[in-house]
Amino acid sequence: MFREASPTPLTNESEKDFDLWIEAGRTEKHYWRDLWRYRELLFILAWRDVAVRYKQTVAGAAWALLQPLFSIVIMTVIFGKLAGLSSLGDAPYAIMVCAAMLPWQFFSNAVSTASQSLVNNANMISKVYFPRLIVPASSIFVSLVDFVISLAILAGLMTWYQFFPTWRIVTLPVFIALAIFAALGPGLIITALSVRYRDFRFIIPFIVQFGMFLSPVGYSSDLVRQKFGEGWLLVYSLNPLVGVIEGFRWAIIGGDARFFSLGTCLSLVVATVFFVIGITYFRKTERSFADII
Amino acid sequence: MSSETVISVEGLSKKYILGQNKAGSGGLRHVVEDAVRAPVRWVRGEGRKAPQEPNEFWAVKDVSFSIKRGEVVGIIGRNGAGKSTLLKMLSRITEPTEGRIGIKGRIASLLEVGTGFHPELTGRENIFLNGAILGMTQSEIRKKFDEIVQFAEIAKFLDTPVKRYSSGMYVRLAFAVAAHLEPEILVVDEVLAVGDAQFQQKCLGKMQEVSTEQGRTVLFVSHAMHSVKALCTSGILLNQGRIELRGPINDVVAAYSSRAPRKEGQSTLASNRSVGLTLVSATLHQTETPGTLVVKAKFQLDRPIPDAGIGVHIETMAGFELCYLRPETTGLRFAERSGELNVEFELASLSERLGAGTYALGLSFHETNWKCCLDRTHVGEFVVPSLDFYGTGYPPKFEKDGAVVLPVRLITSSG
Repeated sequence: MFREASPTPLTNESEKDFDLWIEAGRTEKHYWRDLWRYRELLFILAWRDVAVRYKQTVAGAAWALLQPLFSIVIMTVIFGKLAGLSSLGDAPYAIMVCAAMLPWQFFSNAVSTASQSLVNNANMISKVYFPRLIVPASSIFVSLVDFVISLAILAGLMTWYQFFPTWRIVTLPVFIALAIFAALGPGLIITALSVRYRDFRFIIPFIVQFGMFLSPVGYSSDLVRQKFGEGWLLVYSLNPLVGVIEGFRWAIIGGDARFFSLGTCLSLVVATVFFVIGITYFRKTERSFADII
Repeated sequence: MSSETVISVEGLSKKYILGQNKAGSGGLRHVVEDAVRAPVRWVRGEGRKAPQEPNEFWAVKDVSFSIKRGEVVGIIGRNGAGKSTLLKMLSRITEPTEGRIGIKGRIASLLEVGTGFHPELTGRENIFLNGAILGMTQSEIRKKFDEIVQFAEIAKFLDTPVKRYSSGMYVRLAFAVAAHLEPEILVVDEVLAVGDAQFQQKCLGKMQEVSTEQGRTVLFVSHAMHSVKALCTSGILLNQGRIELRGPINDVVAAYSSRAPRKEGQSTLASNRSVGLTLVSATLHQTETPGTLVVKAKFQLDRPIPDAGIGVHIETMAGFELCYLRPETTGLRFAERSGELNVEFELASLSERLGAGTYALGLSFHETNWKCCLDRTHVGEFVVPSLDFYGTGYPPKFEKDGAVVLPVRLITSSG
């Protein structure tokens, strides 16, 4: 065979003869570069999920608003009216709940959809190569889209109660980023586990249900301090969502919400630990996904 | 340069563990169970080691080869020879157990047409989705969009959800997207087995264009020997996970086709243990009368099977079933038998019924009430010789005229 060199000659700068070595247990050199190269796939998969989700529903995209709205109403009635818990300063109870419900719903949606994402895309996993991280990441992105839509509820409540935010509202994106960060760790761990152990499909709803009561969604974390003292508050703050939610309240409600800094730091540390474990475990197991899915 | 090695495979092996009762494939319960039982085993002095894996299976074992730039390599072998596993390792879908692969340049694989197609989305949307899944960027797809639509011949249905597509349209669209990938190395598995003959031909043409005109390296798996011969320059014959022959494509295809299906180390073709039935061997041979095929098959029956019968399956080389001659229809049956059973039957006048070309033959075995107790087993290929059936000087050929030959007669033609 005598052929001209290919029109796009390969750069052969490296000492090694090949660009890629595939071998058992080898950590890929180009993993993050590959992930970057496939970034469009992340958004396209997210777009697919959004485009398909509300097909053949009557309420359509309104479901993204209705779900959190109902939860906020129920929480406000139960904790604010029936249990008579006090809100933070002069903020209406509904707004205090809303400021926590939105990040919580984002977190729980992100973790539960991510955990099923690989199993739902099993066919793709077993027929095409791409960094597997794309799949759970894209379902977390979908949850983020829902979250952004549901911010309309917050805006609506604020208008209704004539409650205006302070300058702190501009820091909200920082806490949104923190929420994404906090969701990635547990999300990736459970996603990787779900490939092998389908049990997690049944475990997740419990975690989500209990998690809401273990997070300051229907009440403020100040209540924990009042009832159990500072020591327990620190233990309570091991839940990474505590830092996220308190941050949201601090940014949205303003003056009277305590930005519980020690707790926030603790939450951030726990979230980081989860994130590192999540990425490590996911990368360790993803090579065998195609064999066991 | 043509001498440059772009794929180097060294001592590649892949092991699968069969069976259910392992943490590897079972649920969480087994892990918990194992954890609980471990101390008990330890106390009993059974050691901490888990019991031996009973069902190891090497899908690919100690395979080494290298491929040079611009080579078009056909990988052939029977079902279960390890072809697909090899391709999956090359395309990084699954990890090798042993050995390694070196790859130079961008590699893309096409193991299935339409991976990731979503039925609710329109043709247009699926082009972008599928393209992204296969590793194309959006700008690449946009650039090729018109070409893809034209190749798939679906312009009219571009904005219809693909769930409303006919299966032919679906496959055409899926292949069209994949055909416009432009990697330096392309890995293709058996995708031409779908679609009608005309479209298969078109796909083959496209693949030829990719390999010869654009000088890309292609690895191609197929059971369709004519496609392999037309497309490939060299071949690899796999058998039970090992390389049996690596060389020029004609030698490899010849070795594959001439080889009696029965091999050392594999004493039988197929068996059904629960019924006690084994297909020991089968041979096909063409008699002196052109277009007549004699099939001899040897079965082993461990217990008497009443009302036995044999089903004959004829397929195109691409795997499309042309006919299934069932024993209740054909009368290819016998009274109660046990022990060794030798069957010999004849298929006649093939040239008057099938276009000239190569076809695959499969056998199945049926018991009382025509229950199938041995699924269709591929036993070999046969050639239908050409015959000037219409008397026009153009004998019908499979590749041009299709598989079936039908008498046709002009009754009248008026102005």
